[in-house]
Amino acid sequence: MKTTITVNGTARTLDVDSRTTLLDALREHLGLIGSKKGCDHGQCGACTVLVNGARINSCLSLLAMHDGDQVTTIEGLGTAENLHPVQQAFLENDAFQCGYCTPGQICSAVGMLQEAADGWPSQVMEDVAAIVDLSEAEIRERMSGNICRCSAYPQIVAAIRSVAGGAA
Amino acid sequence: MRPFTYERAPDALSAVKAVAENPGAKFLAGGTNLLDLMKLDIERPTHLVDVGRLPFAGVEEVNGGLRIGGAMVNSKLAAHPRVRELYPVLVRALVSGASGQLRNKATTAGNLLQRTRCAYFYDTTKPCNKRQPGSGCSALEGVHGAHDAIFGASKACIATHPSDMAVALTALGASVETLTPTGASRTLAVQDLHRLPGDTPQVETDLAPGELITAVLVPPPPEGGQVYRKVRGRASYAHGIASVAVAGGRVAFGAVAHKPWRAAHTEDALSSGASPAEAAEAELSKADRNDHNALKITLVGRLAAAAIEESKTRRVA
Repeated sequence: MKTTITVNGTARTLDVDSRTTLLDALREHLGLIGSKKGCDHGQCGACTVLVNGARINSCLSLLAMHDGDQVTTIEGLGTAENLHPVQQAFLENDAFQCGYCTPGQICSAVGMLQEAADGWPSQVMEDVAAIVDLSEAEIRERMSGNICRCSAYPQIVAAIRSVAGGAA
Repeated sequence: MRPFTYERAPDALSAVKAVAENPGAKFLAGGTNLLDLMKLDIERPTHLVDVGRLPFAGVEEVNGGLRIGGAMVNSKLAAHPRVRELYPVLVRALVSGASGQLRNKATTAGNLLQRTRCAYFYDTTKPCNKRQPGSGCSALEGVHGAHDAIFGASKACIATHPSDMAVALTALGASVETLTPTGASRTLAVQDLHRLPGDTPQVETDLAPGELITAVLVPPPPEGGQVYRKVRGRASYAHGIASVAVAGGRVAFGAVAHKPWRAAHTEDALSSGASPAEAAEAELSKADRNDHNALKITLVGRLAAAAIEESKTRRVA
């Protein structure tokens, strides 16, 4: 079936099987292989992309559900010459080993930082109506949908804290 | 995934009729649970009716309470200023569930209708009456005690309902508003939405085929503190072994039964002046005890007592 999405600023129309997930559309049909297929069940976060600014698991969404949506993948966040601040922070903090989870981690962090800036609560807050302070505990909780099997978590948290303005 | 056809419903009644008229059809909103189960060949719809963009995604103030649209995503509901101000138990339950990415897709209605996380429901090589009626229940003799039901289970099924949000809504006395295939609307309490398994664990709610949850109605916040406490195998993301919601004098348990479990005996004991531990025991003494679940019964009792105690010091909305 025919679906049009805007990916990293460019409108793309695909006519594919209704079973095609957003992740498979990006990787197999549009050649954007930065987003990774890890578990394919929404548990690892390697497929995380931004849809209309919100982070989602692209493996658990059908392309057809996204007709008219704005999708941002790791390829659209920055360029090799002009990295996104979160990409730069991951480099500076050595926040990866094998790199497989990294595109998802970075897209997730970008979405998470906006959620925190918008005052969205988390379960580690003492009072869910309070102002968000992106402590290490908050970042760990808010990033729990992204797994790093190399376990670069201390560096990932440090990278995100450095962008959030906290002490690295 | 097996092949299916897809349509985006132009309006709610068209969606309801499309699903009511086609036994192979299912509603699709966030898709976080349904698509996962389709990939595992547990759900096998032949037609999906996408209701994710129907205009049911807001929060309105109604009679001192709130009317929450069925298509509102969990993250936005948890972040809504009035919800954070008035219903901390609901916010905490919402943000205790799943991950940031999943909460950005999962909807209010879909959260209520998500299916069990029983390991044997997911394991298609094993019998499961919920997945394949009449095949048997592998969990009865399985290695699964911490996740089994301790209330209202049957010989056909000991699975639990995994929602956190539904537990808070039960404690708050919320109800769901639906649209039926005749075009009529009806309201039923969240605590009456789900069924106990009995002999038909595959039938999980009292909704008619095609009946769509369009909204959740939350009454004004009760007097008294609100608390949500959850115990699970990981600090985040995982579904619960057990949870407890307290909203004033109302108490509900999660992940202990085929539905969010209102702890009426605990509430009665509290109103008679019982201590938190005594009130918890009033409900837990009625639990279905077997060779596998002693730990869980102890755990829920302690969790409930702690949550009730905490509610005395918690912010009153």
